[in-house]
Amino acid sequence: MIRFLIPIAASLLAVSTAQADWALNMPVGVTDLSAETYDLHMMVLGVCTLAGAATFAVMIYSLVNFRKSQGAEPATWSHDTKAEIIWTIIPTLIMIALVIPAAQTLVKIEDTRNTEMTIMITGYQWKWHYEYIGANYSFYSSLAQSSNEARRLGADIDVYAVENYLLDVDRHLVVPADTKIRYLITSNDVLHAWWVPAIAIKKDAIPGYVNEGWFKVNEPGIYRGQCAELCGKDHGFMPIVLEVLPKEDFVAWISARRDGKAVATSGPTATKTAG
Amino acid sequence: MSATATHDLHDDHGPEKGWRRWVYSTNHKDIGTMYLIFALAMLFVGGAMSFVIRAELFQPGLQFVRPDFFNQMITMHALIMVFGMIMPAFAGFANWMIPLMIGAPDMALPRLNNWSFWLLPFAGVLLLSTLFMDGGAPASGWTLYPPLSLQTGNGFPFAMFSIHLLGLSSIMASINIIVTILNLRAPGMTLMQMPMFVWTWLITAYLLIAVMPVLAGGVTMLITDQFFGTTFFNAAGGGDPVLFQHIFWFFGHPEVYIIILPAFGIISHVIPAFSRKPLFGHDAMVYAIAGIAFLSFIVWAHHMFTVGMPLAGQLFFMMSTMLIAIPTAVKVFNWTATMWRGSISFETPMLFAVAFLFLFTIGGFSGLMVAIVPADFQYHDSYFVVAHFHYVLVPGALFGAFCGAYYWLPKWTGHMYDERLGKIHFWLSAIFVNLTFFPQHFLGLAGMPRRIPDYSTQFADFNMLSSIGAFGFGLSQLLFVYVIIKCVRGGEKATAEVWDNPPGLEWTVPSPAPHHTFEDPPIMR
Repeated sequence: MIRFLIPIAASLLAVSTAQADWALNMPVGVTDLSAETYDLHMMVLGVCTLAGAATFAVMIYSLVNFRKSQGAEPATWSHDTKAEIIWTIIPTLIMIALVIPAAQTLVKIEDTRNTEMTIMITGYQWKWHYEYIGANYSFYSSLAQSSNEARRLGADIDVYAVENYLLDVDRHLVVPADTKIRYLITSNDVLHAWWVPAIAIKKDAIPGYVNEGWFKVNEPGIYRGQCAELCGKDHGFMPIVLEVLPKEDFVAWISARRDGKAVATSGPTATKTAG
Repeated sequence: MSATATHDLHDDHGPEKGWRRWVYSTNHKDIGTMYLIFALAMLFVGGAMSFVIRAELFQPGLQFVRPDFFNQMITMHALIMVFGMIMPAFAGFANWMIPLMIGAPDMALPRLNNWSFWLLPFAGVLLLSTLFMDGGAPASGWTLYPPLSLQTGNGFPFAMFSIHLLGLSSIMASINIIVTILNLRAPGMTLMQMPMFVWTWLITAYLLIAVMPVLAGGVTMLITDQFFGTTFFNAAGGGDPVLFQHIFWFFGHPEVYIIILPAFGIISHVIPAFSRKPLFGHDAMVYAIAGIAFLSFIVWAHHMFTVGMPLAGQLFFMMSTMLIAIPTAVKVFNWTATMWRGSISFETPMLFAVAFLFLFTIGGFSGLMVAIVPADFQYHDSYFVVAHFHYVLVPGALFGAFCGAYYWLPKWTGHMYDERLGKIHFWLSAIFVNLTFFPQHFLGLAGMPRRIPDYSTQFADFNMLSSIGAFGFGLSQLLFVYVIIKCVRGGEKATAEVWDNPPGLEWTVPSPAPHHTFEDPPIMR
């Protein structure tokens, strides 16, 4: 037991240093909206914590001070209109205070005007298909071979030795930084959901529907996510890897592929595109 | 004296002997007992499935089951626990306690009552039998979203028919409960004088009658899509997969309150009894329940924020959902005010009630969090949601059922249960339930999706903790069974009042409650 409790205590003491393991909180993410989402999360968590602390304090006070074993005599009242009005109004005011910033952020999330490029995402059982609209370039993105071998039932492979186990794919979705990118999303078979926590986006892929949204990543880097809607036996095995390149690098990357051109230069993911 | 004479008279043609007593039963107490035993059995069936789930999730990599079987387990675990365990458990409490609380001799429609119960074991067996069919049990999650649910194998029609039967059972039980409450109250008992448990069940029964047919409609459309060439949910034929989600959650959200309201009722009896003080704000509690029930019909799409609703729809469902926090907060405050300046003692029912108060509130808070749409884009379909709904269902609804079981067990059996073992059961349950579900908040926030059989190594630590908690929680329930068996077999003789002068008509009849009670209605002051 102690073996498990020590890391908990350690991570509680050092939340700021807690890395992937024992991570306790939502990531701030790498877009303005993911940071706003994080702020909303912290705000509502803070409100809940304060309200919970106040309520629990009264409960604990009652449980400690009004014990029969301490000779507490029960009061006989069972009604207090003033108190009831007050504790109906207070939560109402808190709800109003919470809903306003949430609605403001939501309006920004839904504002898909003035996007600079469009990517079509299609969910399949069990992989993703990405198409660069206008560039006439598309590809499938499936679970990386190393993870795929290690995840077999009875596979004799140490999953800890597999880099980014279950969070790696054969081909990354490559996008430019500092660009307002519109994504369209649909599915070819059952429901899927495209979720990348670092950009705070989760959107369902639904056959017959084309959903849309947008993101604008500030920092180049590699961000990982997974399918979030149960889609059959390999639902847990169709991750998403979003690779954000500096703008100029992306231009080079896409022009090498535009219109089905053979891959001439070794882009950041070129070595992984075999198969 | 005349009451005693009446009882003796009826004991002459009292319960039948042997199996006929149970199969032919029209007695609310016997049927209530059968409901409770069935629910307890299903707790272990559904619990065994959660053992499979948590064993597979104990560490990363697939060790025990194939992913498709894992998906069958999560689906069946939910269906069994919702339809086979918690709803029958509260129906059992309703059967046993509502007539005793309102001074009625039995349920109004005793034969219907028999049928309501006896559909359940058959529906349950039908559902479980799909595990052994070609293609296995449904593996689409209990939400049964098409098109995935239509990929189920031969078990599909059996599972759908089973859901129809379970719904039929619930509707008939609800009709019976409503008719009983509205017609068989002791003379002089007005609606506003009814005990809280009766009130919660009256409203729950109306919710059931309103939404169960909606689920039945959705399920029927799945069947016709699968077998008769309709395309209600098939986009290729002009249908709409999202339509099913609207139908399902129009049922599914009131269903959440169907599960929790009877627990609210039980808690509203136990807290006053062990605080030795009347329930604070009885009328406000009734209005709060009614308010929650009404709101439960206009919040369903908060389960679907990621399907791509228009902005106005998202705003509406965010706001209506947050409104529910207000009556819920009123209830929590009223329970707290009931304890304030009371004279509190901590017998096992009260321990469960207090744990309910704290842990249900935590589940309520995480419910408020998932209502915030932008943040929900992160929480949705992650383990954060798994933690949220298990907090309201396990230390919420299930602890409510435990609480009621300990509270009324002496009335049912005539014996006091073993208080020491009851307290041990409570502490084990309370500790392990938190060990199981609290770490799942962290997993969800860190980005672990729900319904996956295997996960990336960064999620390993909290998953292991959660699995240890789940095994501990499951094994602790064996103690509960032992306490019940021990109590049925013998123990300290219970008085009619059992506890320290608790309010309610059920405490005016002897313990154990005779086979027939209140054949002459009690006189209300």
